[in-house]
Amino acid sequence: MDLQIFLLLGQDGITSGAVYALLALALVLVFAVTRVIFIPQGEFVAYGALTLASLQAGKVPGTVWLLLAAGSAVAVLDGIRYLREGRYGKLPPLVIFNVGLPLAAAGALLVVPPDSLPLAAQVALALALVIPLGPMLYRLAFQPLASASVLVLLIVSVAVHLALTGLGLLFFGAEGSRTPAFTDISFELADTPLQGQTVLVVLASAVLIAGLYFFFERTLYGKALRATAMNRTGARLMGISSSMAGKLSFTLAAAIGAFSGILIAPITTIYYDSGFLIGLKGFVSAIIGGLASYPMAAFGALLVGLLESYSSFWASAYKEVIVFTLIIPVLLWRSLTSRHVEEEEE
Amino acid sequence: MKKTLLAALLSGLATAALADINIGVTLSATGPAASLGIPEKNTIDLMPKTIAGQKVNYIVLDDASDTTSAVKNARKLISEHKVDILLGSTTSPNSLAMIDVAAEGETPMISMAAAARIVEPVDAKKSWVFKTPQNDAQMSTAIVEHMTNSNVKTVAYIGFSDAYGEGWSNEFSKIAEARKLKLVANERFNRTDTSVTGQILKILAAKPDAILIGGSGTPAALPEKALKEKGFKGLIYQTHGVANADFLRVCGKDCEGTFLPAGPVLVANQLPADHPVRKSALEYVTKYEAAHGKGSVSTFGAHAWDAGLLVAAAAPVALKKAQPGTKEFRKALRDALENIKNLPAAHGVFNMSAGDHLGFDQRARGMVKIEGGAWKLVK
Repeated sequence: MDLQIFLLLGQDGITSGAVYALLALALVLVFAVTRVIFIPQGEFVAYGALTLASLQAGKVPGTVWLLLAAGSAVAVLDGIRYLREGRYGKLPPLVIFNVGLPLAAAGALLVVPPDSLPLAAQVALALALVIPLGPMLYRLAFQPLASASVLVLLIVSVAVHLALTGLGLLFFGAEGSRTPAFTDISFELADTPLQGQTVLVVLASAVLIAGLYFFFERTLYGKALRATAMNRTGARLMGISSSMAGKLSFTLAAAIGAFSGILIAPITTIYYDSGFLIGLKGFVSAIIGGLASYPMAAFGALLVGLLESYSSFWASAYKEVIVFTLIIPVLLWRSLTSRHVEEEEE
Repeated sequence: MKKTLLAALLSGLATAALADINIGVTLSATGPAASLGIPEKNTIDLMPKTIAGQKVNYIVLDDASDTTSAVKNARKLISEHKVDILLGSTTSPNSLAMIDVAAEGETPMISMAAAARIVEPVDAKKSWVFKTPQNDAQMSTAIVEHMTNSNVKTVAYIGFSDAYGEGWSNEFSKIAEARKLKLVANERFNRTDTSVTGQILKILAAKPDAILIGGSGTPAALPEKALKEKGFKGLIYQTHGVANADFLRVCGKDCEGTFLPAGPVLVANQLPADHPVRKSALEYVTKYEAAHGKGSVSTFGAHAWDAGLLVAAAAPVALKKAQPGTKEFRKALRDALENIKNLPAAHGVFNMSAGDHLGFDQRARGMVKIEGGAWKLVK
């Protein structure tokens, strides 16, 4: 192994690490706020990438119909509640957001061929189609169980993952897709070629992480999420709605997932079930941060990315084994160094 | 008394249904092998609804590319649906696991998976088992021949880290060694990997003249893209597992000049007019594309079609000996399958015998080159 190979592998590892870092942050966020171990995180990666790919192929992506169905279900569930409680003023925004906007998107897609739009509009449309699925999922699958045990939430999370994977196969087919690169620039760095797209992935991840930091430190909603993460009951007493916090964290998680998917779609082929493994690696990184620390999770993600890259060079057949075995020493170290706090019963 | 009445009623119902020929199908229409299983499932819909005047029922189950489910499906089809013949499954591990069930139920089975071990050697159990895809060994030989003719001395292999990739690695390294080709690197990658940079760098460090990629469907495009990115100038070979339109769509111009062995159905309209397979292959292509749109045909669906042709050829012979739904019929069907001679199909010409339950020869394969985003038959 010479220096060039070493650098190329490092570059590859950092690129994957940047994506894992985003997913790890989303997992930590969702777990801290709602105690859900969010297995379907990876599905948003696949949905984001494949929705963009089918828009570019000039097809109406199946996500539109899923969005419409989930939105209608949310509107019916919440609508009944508002009617019972007599809060009629809440009905129009509820219907407009959950049914009206997806209908408008579906109508627009049927009228305007999506492949004629500029790339930026396609990306925006893909994000707009996938991100609302996050809060809808929370409303449908997790909000009714918000006070259930972590185990029950995990089981629901696995069920949601399986349902989304199955729907992904139905919507996008078994074969993968790749979208055209956002940029064709390539650099030379220490005699090593560097693709513009890779730089874009790392840069975008860094910007997004900085944005999240700003959101949590400087905005009211970010502080509300942090408060909920620290103490749910206390936050509720201060007037922070836990279902609002849950929806917000799922929206962020869906946005991060869909965005990562769109970032990596040009450098690799994405399948309807690619998300699971990517999400799982994000999960390993989040475990390194104890599902609580954001900087440790980001560090863990880089570690996973680099480990994956170098082990694919040395022992490609055992690559996944090596990456997932990493979790054992990490768990051992964590259980030896940190005190175990019994979960509070509500 | 009530029980016997019920039993009599049930058996009455059963005999009424038994007049038809029942074909049990288990396919991998979901899970990792879905890109192979879905065209196969579409093909089942195109199969004849009557054979020699008898109505044919197809009972199609999905095994989700999972071995346990395939076995469960096979048991269910035999014991509950009383099928006369089993078709499936899509993948080699699934098909291998079903052999015991088929033999135990004395039901003939036609697999659509590639591994030679499914039908070789023909023993007491495997005497019930037939298959339609070309053996890996046949395809490996075609690749190795093409390599030696192109003056390739050293070759590297990168394949899936599953049964498909391992199978090809074994077959290919055996044949390559016999033909004095040196295998300088042997790497693995996963179907859903997002990067193969590490493996490709290792392969390039070994400086091979040619590289064989052992993957199926669009995932096999990833190593080619990485190779082009890193400036590999040698020959690139794929296996027949990539032969569908999606592969060309995903791989795009990265795959120009790639060679692969394939069944004649892939290039049916380029076959010479006197080619024995041309007519039967074109028939399948026309039928499939009429139902699913132009350019939708893949070689995987054609394996299912060939299985259907085998049944359609064997069933009339068996019907002369026994009634469908009986043990005798299943036995007669097996015997008739074994005696099929000169049956032109989509992938080749079947010549079954007691020692060969595949029955394909050289006519079942050809080398194909990707040129201008399309498959071109190499003369």
